[in-house]
Amino acid sequence: MVIYGVAILAGCFLVGTIVGELIGDLMGVDSNVGGVGIAMLLLIIIVDKLVKSGKISKPSLDGLSFWNQMYIPVVVAMAASQNVLGALTGGPLAIIAGITVVVVSWAFVPILSGKQKEEPAFRNPAIRGEADA
Amino acid sequence: MLDMIKGVFTDNGFVTAFLVIGLTMWLAYFISNKLTKGKIHGSAIAIVLGLLLAYIGGVVTEGSKGLADISFLAGIGFLGGSMLRDFAIVATSFGANFDEIKKAGFRGVISLFFGVILSFVVGVIFAYLFGYKDAVSMTTIGAGTVTYIVGPVTGATLGASSEVIAISIAAGLIKSVLVMVGTPFVAKYIGLNNPMSAMVYGGLMGTTSGVAGGLAATDPKLVPYGAVTATFYTGLGCLLAPTVLFLITNAIF
Repeated sequence: MVIYGVAILAGCFLVGTIVGELIGDLMGVDSNVGGVGIAMLLLIIIVDKLVKSGKISKPSLDGLSFWNQMYIPVVVAMAASQNVLGALTGGPLAIIAGITVVVVSWAFVPILSGKQKEEPAFRNPAIRGEADA
Repeated sequence: MLDMIKGVFTDNGFVTAFLVIGLTMWLAYFISNKLTKGKIHGSAIAIVLGLLLAYIGGVVTEGSKGLADISFLAGIGFLGGSMLRDFAIVATSFGANFDEIKKAGFRGVISLFFGVILSFVVGVIFAYLFGYKDAVSMTTIGAGTVTYIVGPVTGATLGASSEVIAISIAAGLIKSVLVMVGTPFVAKYIGLNNPMSAMVYGGLMGTTSGVAGGLAATDPKLVPYGAVTATFYTGLGCLLAPTVLFLITNAIF
């Protein structure tokens, strides 16, 4: 059933968020530390196990696939609810510092990621739906 | 009649959001295919359209949530809010390759620490150049260039003035918007086309919304790798900025 896939996703999300809150608490930080990242790793491992042991059906995977493909629309909605006006009226210091930090960080991407030997390796691209989603 | 329609939209805000975002996506892909012959990715145009709508929403309502401040479009704020955003980000890991994440894990962690410190230093330098010479203000503005969440968290801890906190939030917002819009255009110059560089990218940039939007517009396959590191960034910033980084700044100035 589709809901099984969505429920696995929701379970991973909630467990990750709880662990993230705990890490934040332990470090004395008033913020979730890596909850989403932990949830992602959890989902990858669990789905991999379920697929390999054949314990998950196609409709259940569709439940995951749906939210996977809803990602870009959600990001567009996120963009539409940003405080863009606030960013642009924040004064010259905010604008110049904001632009510089991005440009400087861009310059460091090739340095930190090092040389790439081979073609990018992606697994089963078809499962991710539309090629240009 | 018009009031009745508006009432239906307001009462069913979440459903209205699906329609509005669906239409925005359609328009974006239409522009991408017809006007740019597919050269500029549809999702990149959709994100720019979203930001444009957010700007209009801000001007019309003078609020801080973009289009979502318009009463009958409030559902967009829910669809694009942190809960569903994070839920959808977790879903992107469906199809990611765990071996790639393990392979790039070490560089990812390095880029996280490097990214937070680099952003902080740039912010502090500009704060100093613009005449903010006390350690609290400089640290708060530096934290703002880390992300727009780290800025106010740090400012509140250190007791910075509200003016300085506002600047720190604005600097973080500029960073986030620029990463969203700029990533697809710089991707090929910085080698952003594989899981390894995407993880480094997430760690260096760190703004979850910026990285999530920017990578989606570049190549959706890269999203899970960038997101997995970026989601640690704000927490790390909240840990380092008001403590170690403040002490160092205070000792230097």
